[in-house]
Amino acid sequence: MNTYFIKRVAAMIITLWLIITATFFLMHSVPGSPFNEERTTNEAVQKNLEAYYHLDQPLIVQYGNYLAALVKLDLGPSIKKSSQTVNDMLGRGFPVSFELGFYTLLVATFSGILLGVLAALRHNGIIDYAAMSIAVLGISIPNFVMATFLIEELAVRFPLFPVATWSSPKHMVLPILALATGPMAIIARLTRTSMLEVLTQDYIKTAKAKGLSPVKIVFKHALRNALLPVVTVLGSLAASILTGTFVIEKIFAIPGMGKYFVDSINTRDYPVIMGTTVFYSAILILMLLIVDLAYGVLDPRIKLHKKEAK
Amino acid sequence: MELRKHEERNISPEVPDEWFVPKVRNHTEAEAVIRPSLSYWKDSWLRLLRNKLAMAGLVFLALLALLAIFGPMISPHSVEKQSLTLQNLPPSSQYWFGTDDLGRDVFTRTCYGARISLFVGLMAAFIDFVVGVIYGGFSGYKGGRTDNLMMRFVEILYGLPYLLVVILVMVVIGPGLTTIILALSITGWVGMARIVRGQVLQIKNYEFVLASKTFGTKTARIIRKNLLPNTMGPIIVQMTLTIPSAIFAEAFLSFIGLGIQAPHASWGVMANDGLSTILSGYWWRLFFPTLFISLTMFAFNVLGDGLQDALDPKLRR
Amino acid sequence: MEKILQVKDLQVSFSTYGGEVNAVRGVSFDLHKGETLAIVGESGCGKSVTSQSIMRLIPTPPGEITGGEVLFKGMDLIKLKESELRKLRGANISMIFQDPMTALNPTMQIGEQIMEGIIQHEKISRNQAKKAAIEMLTLVGIPSPEQRLKQYPHQFSGGMRQRIVIAMALVCQPDVLIADEPTTALDVTIQAQILELFRDIQKKTGVSIILITHDLGVVAQVADRVAVMYAGKIVEVGSRREIFYQPQHPYTKGLLQSVPRLDMEKEELVPIPGTPPDLFSPPVGCAFSARCPYAMEVCDKAYPFKTHLSSNHQVDCWLLDERAKKLVSTFV
Repeated sequence: MNTYFIKRVAAMIITLWLIITATFFLMHSVPGSPFNEERTTNEAVQKNLEAYYHLDQPLIVQYGNYLAALVKLDLGPSIKKSSQTVNDMLGRGFPVSFELGFYTLLVATFSGILLGVLAALRHNGIIDYAAMSIAVLGISIPNFVMATFLIEELAVRFPLFPVATWSSPKHMVLPILALATGPMAIIARLTRTSMLEVLTQDYIKTAKAKGLSPVKIVFKHALRNALLPVVTVLGSLAASILTGTFVIEKIFAIPGMGKYFVDSINTRDYPVIMGTTVFYSAILILMLLIVDLAYGVLDPRIKLHKKEAK
Repeated sequence: MELRKHEERNISPEVPDEWFVPKVRNHTEAEAVIRPSLSYWKDSWLRLLRNKLAMAGLVFLALLALLAIFGPMISPHSVEKQSLTLQNLPPSSQYWFGTDDLGRDVFTRTCYGARISLFVGLMAAFIDFVVGVIYGGFSGYKGGRTDNLMMRFVEILYGLPYLLVVILVMVVIGPGLTTIILALSITGWVGMARIVRGQVLQIKNYEFVLASKTFGTKTARIIRKNLLPNTMGPIIVQMTLTIPSAIFAEAFLSFIGLGIQAPHASWGVMANDGLSTILSGYWWRLFFPTLFISLTMFAFNVLGDGLQDALDPKLRR
Repeated sequence: MEKILQVKDLQVSFSTYGGEVNAVRGVSFDLHKGETLAIVGESGCGKSVTSQSIMRLIPTPPGEITGGEVLFKGMDLIKLKESELRKLRGANISMIFQDPMTALNPTMQIGEQIMEGIIQHEKISRNQAKKAAIEMLTLVGIPSPEQRLKQYPHQFSGGMRQRIVIAMALVCQPDVLIADEPTTALDVTIQAQILELFRDIQKKTGVSIILITHDLGVVAQVADRVAVMYAGKIVEVGSRREIFYQPQHPYTKGLLQSVPRLDMEKEELVPIPGTPPDLFSPPVGCAFSARCPYAMEVCDKAYPFKTHLSSNHQVDCWLLDERAKKLVSTFV
């Protein structure tokens, strides 16, 4: 178990380092960025930049300084918003985005699993067919399209929900719904496929031969095996939810980190772009690690035991 | 529980003596094979045909391709001509999908958008295919240390968040069609490489490959004639699933302002433009691009699903 | 001997893509208390379907029991309500399957898997269930059972896993144990151990066993009586001695001949030519006639009457009819 853990953490650190390095050098190669010869017009901003990035030093030294700053979790100043640093923006925006993402993941996972299990149990029936058709739609309709659709139907035509900002639970419904449909569909399909396969396994037949009730067979035996593949997919789903927040926050005018990020892209606020990318990458890689470890814990076959039975 | 009575059994006491003679035989009787056997590809094709949803998807995509190629030609309007007087007109017999806020015909622009989306999708899938097959095929075939090293590299790349990388590259290189395709390809091939390598690993030890080897066939020929045909199934499926994610990526990028730039027409750009119209009531500006995005992705997804089912040898009947 | 289980004219069919398959076409046999009955036949003859149908374990789309009765303790298991049948499964009649690798839930401790069986059927505490599980593991020959309760299936070898499966099946002390090819997936040496275990357990607990197999070697080691199945029907049934030394049905004879023997001179192996029939349109007469060296016209036209050669020994074959006797001498 320990070697597995260490290997994964090591891989994670390497990937993260790669991103940081790639991001750093990419940002420095963009023509027109203040990292190159351009000077910004704003004196205060320029001062901040130089203090943080030591722009007069050779590139390698700048890189080293950046890494050092990162270890201190200092992500640097913004160009376009002169009095703010990236850390400030993250501090304000990230909790909001986290709420959005977290609830979305919860909703998607629970409803996806439920839908998938139901479809598998009523295989080839109407429920199965309906659920899977909805699932394909969910996968195909991009989240921003879904968002506009929901707004059109549930806020404009029938004013049931508010459209903008993040100020009350009612405000959360549409954004979460829009963001969750895709992942929910993926989870539902995966759960169903996995469940169907598990139900054909011999140990399910054994359980039935022992006289266990169908409910027990599904929940005690089938589910814990069927959900293993679903756990592995949670990591990449988290990634797509995260990138989804960019557009969802833009559409619903939610003051989260995604919105700041998109704005910074549009205004070419390079330090912010860089800092946010590094931050997001760290989060995603962390999530992948957590999922990996969780899988290692949940599947007893992964646990490395020294004693084998003879 | 109701039981169906089985067919009438012969409990007839009337068994004539004449029947007790040796049987007249034809030799093929015992060994007759019950079903005609179909080749793998034919069987798969037939199975795909039976999948109505997948067929619908295929038909839609064919129509879409036609629209992309011929649409702008049959449309009486140009794609970029602006007009200050004809702004925001609803769909009519003159302007089939209406006009946008610069007076441009939405239908023609949608057709151009189709061109862009299909192009991006197909190019991305093609590049993924080429790079992935070469990388994965080589890694799997060589095996051992080379394989280990190559796969380690892939694993690290796999950990990179796809869209973030794309966004980053776009920011650096600048927007545009070629840069989108480039950005998508940088990490996109990884999935394909993994699949190809997995398939190659499975198959290279099968007997017919070993047989080929003992005849002294060259590596390239073995890869071409023995390995590839058997791995094509998952490869094809992977490609049909790469395309919609590429199309989605393009729309997504355009939506956040990083993709195709105005005045070019991509569905993502059009959707972004149309976003502000939700409250103003010019529904056609948002409706058509989003409809086409969804339908196209839907079509590719059901086709991909259908192909996956059809090409799965375990489901063969 | 008292009959503990009676299968009468069981018929099972499957609706498949290609049509309806009559997998079991009227199978009847009895199981006596304390005996081991072996059901032998090729792959596809319907023996597994038969054994699984006793407790209605066949998935009901696409399978369906279309006729017959299974009598146990005065109840017809075919007609019993599902909830009542569940009470019998595992408690009165147990079943074990072929592959011990897949028969156990890989994500559940084996102790739990054994204990849940007994907790399901008897009102006892977890501690008592634990004790029972340990007893069973000892009975089947697993060393240090207390520690092993918390382990997972992948931590055991194939032979051990099959022992665990057997322990699981016997923990409620059932009257009948149905074993579907229990040794097929195991090495020959382990096979011998498991068969020894069966004999041992039967002596200790008096459980009646139905053993499904295609391996005549297994039959020779453990069976008291043997039923030979072909194409969905039982064509011959008798005591072990009768089947091995006085086989009557051409199929039985063919099976015995095709087993390679150490005392054979350097002769060729004698397989039975041909392949089993397609059960989409089952034949009216004897299904073996296509491959039978002694086939007569009547074999295709009508299904043979049952001939009783002794209290145990029955055959379904036209060769035993009076009128065939004069023909037999002309056969080589």
